[in-house]
Amino acid sequence: MDVFLPRSLEEALAMKAERPEAVPLAGGTDLMVELNFGRLRPPAIIDLTRAAELATHRQEDGHVFLGAGVTYAAIVNELPGFKPLVQASRSVGSPQIRHRGTVGGNLGTASPAGDALPVLAAYDAEVVLRSQARGERSMPWHAFLMGPKKTAIAPDELIVGARWARIRGPGSFSKIGTRNAMVIAVAGLCLVIDEDHRRVNVALGSVGPTIIRATPAEEQISSAMASSGAWQDPSTAVSEQVIDEFAELVASAARPLDDVRGTAAYRRHGCRVLARRSLAWALSERRLPTWL
Amino acid sequence: MGAQRAKVADVVVRTRVNGEWREAEVWPGASLLAFLREQLGLFGSKNACEQGECGSCSVWLDGALVCSCLVLAAQANDREVRTVEGLTDAGRLHPVQEAFVEAGAVQCGFCTPGFVVAVADLLEKDASPSPATVREALSGNICRCTGYAKILDAVNLAAARLLERT
Repeated sequence: MDVFLPRSLEEALAMKAERPEAVPLAGGTDLMVELNFGRLRPPAIIDLTRAAELATHRQEDGHVFLGAGVTYAAIVNELPGFKPLVQASRSVGSPQIRHRGTVGGNLGTASPAGDALPVLAAYDAEVVLRSQARGERSMPWHAFLMGPKKTAIAPDELIVGARWARIRGPGSFSKIGTRNAMVIAVAGLCLVIDEDHRRVNVALGSVGPTIIRATPAEEQISSAMASSGAWQDPSTAVSEQVIDEFAELVASAARPLDDVRGTAAYRRHGCRVLARRSLAWALSERRLPTWL
Repeated sequence: MGAQRAKVADVVVRTRVNGEWREAEVWPGASLLAFLREQLGLFGSKNACEQGECGSCSVWLDGALVCSCLVLAAQANDREVRTVEGLTDAGRLHPVQEAFVEAGAVQCGFCTPGFVVAVADLLEKDASPSPATVREALSGNICRCTGYAKILDAVNLAAARLLERT
């Protein structure tokens, strides 16, 4: 086993080009477990924690770029304007885990339970990849996340980060688990209201082979708010019936399985509850627009 | 796993541990925890879950509280590590350690070094944390004797002592 310690992204990409079988290592919260338990013996490891370019984030032209190496602790401290992302980051593991775990790791591992992933999906984020041979490319999150622990990354590529158009409006991330800390979500949901495009985006985690957007629910609530005039006037009440339908459509978008953390029926019900709560939070936030 | 380890060449890792540069050869896939315990003979950081769940191996890496079982030893090359052993000052216990002794916050003692490090980290950042902040800060540390009440007493005692000193 070889270990490479590149000092920049450029060096890391050169190593990945030469040794495409090398496994990238960032915070180690997934990969080190595999190594510690003897489940993985990669021929080579490339440490990405010295590539300073990966640990940056910036906002330009209404877009946000979040480097793959930005830790959950850094997101909580440095990106308070992105509430759903901060809430998801805050819910990851423990302080120790948040000091190491990165968004790039969530993307690379591609577990349906990755807490940052429903947020990136609700933001309609693109995943930015780079190789030495072909330079940079990006693809929508849903093209990148192909299935459980399966991504569209090429063997010579590294994940550089995620990019999305900044959305103006309230939103939240919430999840269900047995504790407030150290929890792998039984169900996770991110809801984002896009005031400019008059859309509600809802993404689900841990309730299917990959992250799921609840498209029929999004369309139902967006058009119900249009016909009631709620988009123009946030004080317009959204009826209980509309909220019930919305929660039902979110629940039916889930494709959950029974496993050690919960039954499919419980997960589906969890989606229903999270959908109702997060819609209520967002609608009340629209009336008190603290997000402005 | 031992035979497999013997087959691959070791890497040399050089890390500043508790203020002193230390260097040793280690299996390339070894964790920082294994490096500290098996190569450097620092047995304070405990090896329990090896998956970041229990916090018994908590150390500071470049000032950040981390689980040393989830850091590849090579990742700590040229970096600064502080362990529970680094808390004592000329043989004198750190105020957090004293508070754990006085409050009876130790049952079997296995989780204690991890808790001590996590509490010291918390009190360095927040001298008088709220109860919720304390619980949150210690959420990555598990005590299977379930002695949490005494541990929380020790945090309050340590916080009060440290405040008196300043």
